[in-house]
Amino acid sequence: MDNFIIWPTNPAVSIFLIIVIAIPVLYGARPAMHNLLRAVFRSISNPLRLGSHWLFKAAEELHRRNKMVLLARGRSEISQGIVKEFDRVTNLVQRDLHGYPALQRKLMDEITRIEEEFKKCGEVPPPPPEWTKAVAAIAKIKPSGDGLVEKILDDIRNSIDKIYDKVVAEYRKSYEQRHNILKGFLPFWRSVDQTLNRVDKNLTGLTDSAAKIDEQMEKYAQINANTEKAEHTLASSATILFVISLLVMLIAAGGAFVNFWLIERPMEAMVGGSEYIYGNLQASYLAAMVIIFFETLMGLFLMESLGYTHLFPLNGINNKMRRWMVLISFTILLVLAGVEVALAVMRDLIVAADVALKQELASGTIAKVAVNTWALNIPKAAQMILGFTLPFALAFVAIPLEYLIHSGRSVFGVLLVLSIRVLGFATRFLSSLARQVGKGIEHLYDAVIFLPLIIERLLVNRGLSAIGKKSDNSGMRAFSKRAAGEHIL
Amino acid sequence: MKYSLQFIAILCLSLLVSCADQRTHSQAIFMLVDTSGTYSQELDKAQRIVSYLLGTLKSGDTLAVARVKSRSFTEKDILAKATFVKDPMQVNTQKRAFIEKLGTFKAELKKGSAYTDITGGVIQAAEFLNETEAGQKTILIFSDMQEELDYKTVRDFPINLKGMRIIALNVTKLTTDNVDPRRYLGRLEWWEKRARTAGATDWQVVNDLEHLERIFKGRG
Repeated sequence: MDNFIIWPTNPAVSIFLIIVIAIPVLYGARPAMHNLLRAVFRSISNPLRLGSHWLFKAAEELHRRNKMVLLARGRSEISQGIVKEFDRVTNLVQRDLHGYPALQRKLMDEITRIEEEFKKCGEVPPPPPEWTKAVAAIAKIKPSGDGLVEKILDDIRNSIDKIYDKVVAEYRKSYEQRHNILKGFLPFWRSVDQTLNRVDKNLTGLTDSAAKIDEQMEKYAQINANTEKAEHTLASSATILFVISLLVMLIAAGGAFVNFWLIERPMEAMVGGSEYIYGNLQASYLAAMVIIFFETLMGLFLMESLGYTHLFPLNGINNKMRRWMVLISFTILLVLAGVEVALAVMRDLIVAADVALKQELASGTIAKVAVNTWALNIPKAAQMILGFTLPFALAFVAIPLEYLIHSGRSVFGVLLVLSIRVLGFATRFLSSLARQVGKGIEHLYDAVIFLPLIIERLLVNRGLSAIGKKSDNSGMRAFSKRAAGEHIL
Repeated sequence: MKYSLQFIAILCLSLLVSCADQRTHSQAIFMLVDTSGTYSQELDKAQRIVSYLLGTLKSGDTLAVARVKSRSFTEKDILAKATFVKDPMQVNTQKRAFIEKLGTFKAELKKGSAYTDITGGVIQAAEFLNETEAGQKTILIFSDMQEELDYKTVRDFPINLKGMRIIALNVTKLTTDNVDPRRYLGRLEWWEKRARTAGATDWQVVNDLEHLERIFKGRG
């Protein structure tokens, strides 16, 4: 800076002189400087703009792929659901409606029997014989006081009473029989009622399954139509599933952590506490981790071969091989659980020995062995139980893991798209900022040389007015405006 | 699939690094116990320190205790030494035997030595520790740090303590130190300078035996 001071004793005058010299130079270099500034800031802005464009396109492409994957996954899930429902319907039909003809025949038989019995109920005893009418006519004869007639009438009356009693007895017997028949109906009615209820239940189950299939089919149709609604529904369900699976996995990780500390100490005795694999990673830590990983792996195979998960393409293996896989993985898991029980016992022994030694070192005398009571065995038993159950509990990690992987693809896809879009926006913002900064610097440059610019404008305006007097040509005016830096469109 | 890959990776890793130097994580401690003159009465404290050390040391670590007497540059003065094995049960047995040996020595010690050859003990300790090739080497000097040599003993030459920590424990004040504390401070300063010149990584003085964990703080 000192080199530019023309008059060292008077810096103000020196600066003034520098400005006086610099301004005409800057004015002369104005078009070149403007071009330079534009070029420089375009060289920053344009690549950023291109980058932003590329990022947005990449985000679109990724979004399209995510959608494809999401819909494919949804389609596959719904297909599986539909297949399951159809299987259910098939089972229902095979189990319950398979015997429907027999059921119907039984029902018809029972109805026919009821009908026959009912007909029997309708059979009434024969009406009183025709002579009753003759008797009734005779009964109408008025008593005449004739002894013979009186006797005849008495006889007739007696006969009629006898006959009447007999008929009434027959009627009563007949009605008793009908009542008995009706009583015999009851089991048949009940049977018919039960059969009909069963049929009704089966049909209701079928109707429910049909409704579910309809619902699934509707979703399937929506997915096939690539609707936004289907996409949103699937994305939202994937996110929920991801969060739930993640939570379950975290809980499982907690279990694995407990398991690790349960077996780490005895593993130290087996592989050596002073052995280090890498950095501060002890060999015993690694050994304990390997056991836990093995357990998880066996659990994974067990779940896979049982058909609870579908992480591996095991479609090629037959049922016999699958059964073998189940047997082998379960056996290994059982053995590992047994190993953990043994390690838990060993851990308890080591801890007890350590405590005893520390007591000895502290007191200088041999510590008394604790009395072996059942209460002291509780922690050991708890460790053994934990050691045995945790491997099996870890086996179930396979299920949330599968869901985590499947839903994770969609969730991470969405997050990636979002990140790329944010990056694209930031790049576009920076591009725009660079362009505006360039323009700002141009204006700043002009502000520094404002004096020659004002003079230039005055001269141009004076020239214009002189030309305007000479000619009223609009084309010339436009040219002059262009010369003044204005755009004519 | 993820777990199989993890397992394979761990197996490969373990195979790759199985040849790595295992001794870098172990530590070796050599404790010099001054048995000269009146300081021999402090042996109870020394035993407490050894008990503490035995409680903290793990498999693979090494501990040795040696006495400082008129001339201490000899293996004969090592009272007990042990490198702890892998099996924790056996380690406990080793530790019991160690403390028992020290107890026997303490019981048999009648009177202190006439001179105090700390330098000889330190050289012996350095020799021993270098042989262990442990990752962390520490020399504990349980003494008043007042070196007294007979006229025949030569110790005024440079020694090598490269990569070792030197910790002076229970540096008691002598009667003369009470008269002029500068003697005490000067003595400690002289030893620190000597240790650092010899290449020691650290020099510490710990007189508060209630907080021995400070000696090994930061060790995993």
